[in-house]
Amino acid sequence: MAADEPAIEVVDVHRTFDVRRRAGRLRRTRQVVRAVDGLSFDVARGEMVGLLGPNGAGKSTTVKMLTGILVPTSGALRVVGLDPAAARTRLARRIGVVFGQRSGLWWDLPLRDSFALLRRIYDVPADRHAAALAEFVELLELGELMDIPVRALSLGQRMRGEIAAALLHEPELLYLDEPTIGLDVVSKGRLRDFLRTINVERGTTVVLTTHDLGDVERLCRRVLVVDHGRLVFDGSLDALRRLDGTTRTVVVDLATSSPQVEVAGAVVTRVDGPRQWLSLPSGASAAPVVAQLAAAYDVVDLAIQEPAIEDVVARLYQRG
Amino acid sequence: MKSRPGGGRLATYAAVASGGFRRYATYRLATAAGVFTNSVFGCIICFTYLALWQERPDIGGWDAQDAVTFVWIGQSLLMTVALFGGGFSDELADRIRTGDIAVDLGRPVDLQGWRYAEDLGRSAFHLLGRGVAPTLVGALLFSLAWPANPLTWLAFLGSVTLAVTVSFAIRYLIGLGAFWVLDVRGFVVVIGFVQLFCSGMVLPLVVFPAGLETALRLLPFAALIQVPAEVLLEKSTGWGLLAALGSQLGWAVVLLGAGRALTRHATRRLVVQGG
Repeated sequence: MAADEPAIEVVDVHRTFDVRRRAGRLRRTRQVVRAVDGLSFDVARGEMVGLLGPNGAGKSTTVKMLTGILVPTSGALRVVGLDPAAARTRLARRIGVVFGQRSGLWWDLPLRDSFALLRRIYDVPADRHAAALAEFVELLELGELMDIPVRALSLGQRMRGEIAAALLHEPELLYLDEPTIGLDVVSKGRLRDFLRTINVERGTTVVLTTHDLGDVERLCRRVLVVDHGRLVFDGSLDALRRLDGTTRTVVVDLATSSPQVEVAGAVVTRVDGPRQWLSLPSGASAAPVVAQLAAAYDVVDLAIQEPAIEDVVARLYQRG
Repeated sequence: MKSRPGGGRLATYAAVASGGFRRYATYRLATAAGVFTNSVFGCIICFTYLALWQERPDIGGWDAQDAVTFVWIGQSLLMTVALFGGGFSDELADRIRTGDIAVDLGRPVDLQGWRYAEDLGRSAFHLLGRGVAPTLVGALLFSLAWPANPLTWLAFLGSVTLAVTVSFAIRYLIGLGAFWVLDVRGFVVVIGFVQLFCSGMVLPLVVFPAGLETALRLLPFAALIQVPAEVLLEKSTGWGLLAALGSQLGWAVVLLGAGRALTRHATRRLVVQGG
């Protein structure tokens, strides 16, 4: 494929499901659910994109269509230059998929055996497999786990195994669906470091579906927000923060308890003894506010809080 | 990437089969317990059959030694052909129900071929691990009818492979059922009992009244126990042997074909549940 061709192209994709509902003793009504409703976006090669959305927004449906295991009702998809549903098997050799709550490892066998089987499945030459395996074993710290049956691994250990399994055939594109679900802080951190490494060093395109905004904040420069099967936001994390209606907060500690400060361009939202909270639109600079405070009051300490990404996204969902 | 000629695929399936073998070989204590159970049940059934054959010698044209040998063949094949279900089909149904099947479909391998290879590996383990030892116990305690012609062993192995194939094809169809019904465990139990009776496992089909025997032989279940047992007992020889293996092959082709068609159909209208 051409180097400038996007890794993923999605053009006006729709996907509907028929849901049968019980409506009385024997009667059943059919209802059409639009899981994906006119979705369009591109992902360039080497990008690391976060796909966000509330439950039922159509994220998983989208990922399933991108892997070719679900056919769109209408619209066009291309992944690494292939039509996913028509070329599912060929595509499978070039992409890696990790579903956080699904397992692709052999439950009763040690990790080592699963990896050996995957080499056969993906027809990876022995030397390339050995090199990739050595690298992932080191990066994911799997060395001591290789001979333990998967069923005896902890969730965090298994997850690292799943990710190695999805990457052993050195895919150009990696989908991760909720990769850090249920993991502790340390495991999450390690996994994020690893994902950043393969994105930067191997140039692997990564699409991350998650509810954990920490993943997105630490990993993705670009965010896609999906709600009701439509794209409601596409841009950088900064742009998401600066969306209309979001606010930044200046927290100021004064020398003594005092009445509400008065500063142009900001509004006091809360007072607690000597500490006061000022809110300003997220598009505005905090510098003039800080300067005024320092000039007119006896400031002991001062901090600026960016809008919590959770709040921004929650607001987007409500709007959508 | 171009798909490589047969050799590469075959190596893949061989690796999968070996994985299937090792999965079951891991559970040594369970295997030992199983061998014990098979041996005990084998003895109990032998005494029951001996009592029957004492009352009705030559029933169905078999003598008591044939009957006792049949018991141990049945015990050896019980797990090999997974008469009570189990093996991959529970797992397949489970993966369909939970949506894990999405991972399997996202692999560059054929779902049915993959599962078949794995099941062949499993059955090889069960034939060795659960078949040989109880049969040795049986041979120590009873007088068994071993084949006169050593080639019969070869024919038996072929017949067992076909029996496993038919059994696989049936279980694969049941497992796929999870695409349409949420819980296939009921099916598994019912088919288990049907197979227990119709395969000859409870009583060799030859002792049933002629009409019933003919009817049961027309079903695919006879291919699981009755047919391979008759091959080893040298009841099917010459053209009869070809007919016996042919009937197994016929069912294998028909049922595997049905599984393929159903897989295509399910994948086409796939709505992976959950997620």
